[in-house]
Amino acid sequence: MNFAVILFPGSNCEVDCVHVIKEVLQEPVTTVWHKDTDLSQFDAVILPGGFSYGDYLRCGAIARFSPIMDAVIAHAKAGKPVLGICNGFQILTECGLLPGVLLRNQSLQFICEDRFIRVENNQTMYTSLYTKNQVLRIPIAHAEGNYYADPETIAALEAENRVVFRYCDAQGNPTPESNPNGAINNIAGIINEEGNVLGMMPHPERLSEVILGGDDGLALFQSMLKTWRNQL
Amino acid sequence: MKFKASLNITLRPSILDPQGSAVLKSLKSLNYTAVESVRIGKFMEVVVEAADASAAEKMVRDLCQVLLTNPVMEDYTLTLTEV
Repeated sequence: MNFAVILFPGSNCEVDCVHVIKEVLQEPVTTVWHKDTDLSQFDAVILPGGFSYGDYLRCGAIARFSPIMDAVIAHAKAGKPVLGICNGFQILTECGLLPGVLLRNQSLQFICEDRFIRVENNQTMYTSLYTKNQVLRIPIAHAEGNYYADPETIAALEAENRVVFRYCDAQGNPTPESNPNGAINNIAGIINEEGNVLGMMPHPERLSEVILGGDDGLALFQSMLKTWRNQL
Repeated sequence: MKFKASLNITLRPSILDPQGSAVLKSLKSLNYTAVESVRIGKFMEVVVEAADASAAEKMVRDLCQVLLTNPVMEDYTLTLTEV
């Protein structure tokens, strides 16, 4: 499965993504500069975390107009996987591939720590190797992760099972205390209607090896690979 | 003709403004008890070249729609002056 990791000026998690794909998943991966315009050789695209364009104006607002984004949108419209992690999620909402927006954390603080999330939907190409309601311990690192959308959009996301990950406590309860940033309904990750574009604030690529403290994130990449192999 | 558009960009009323709340708390703690609410937004000045004021306004509203604001979370008001 041939992965592209898009590098914007200001991205800073692209090396972690490349490392996990290449060394842990052992699949081919290329870092693609945001000024490139062709993704036709790739099976999956990852928009990594970081601070594209210094978060100027709004997080992801300028990156969404990078030359590569037309190809990312075409890749998504063709039904192929697009995974946005952290700043990648923010870019996906700015460009309209996912609904809503990531607001400033309610605490106003940049939060960098491990948190628990619950797998709400394991019927996606990103989560098929998790069990439903499985609790993952996973790092978050953001100042704008407070997911917001209008009530109709939230109702649709919930009704269509498109909230894929929700912040929770260690036992899997999505309590107010376990919500790090004020996100509506403790939302940590959502998927588009077609099921091929996933945005999430937590960083699965940072917790995909036991030597780094845990591998709860690895099954996300393995799920993508398994789904892709099954389609061949 | 050149026009300067002054844009006041604010969070939509339905959206909590934790920054504004923090500033409000701070003002209260300084004994400014009459302060009821603080909302924090952005101010931008954009200078454009256009045939007339209505063309300039149309262009700036376009810029707001495409890049300068995110309608999911922000509203804006626009004042146009010839420069």
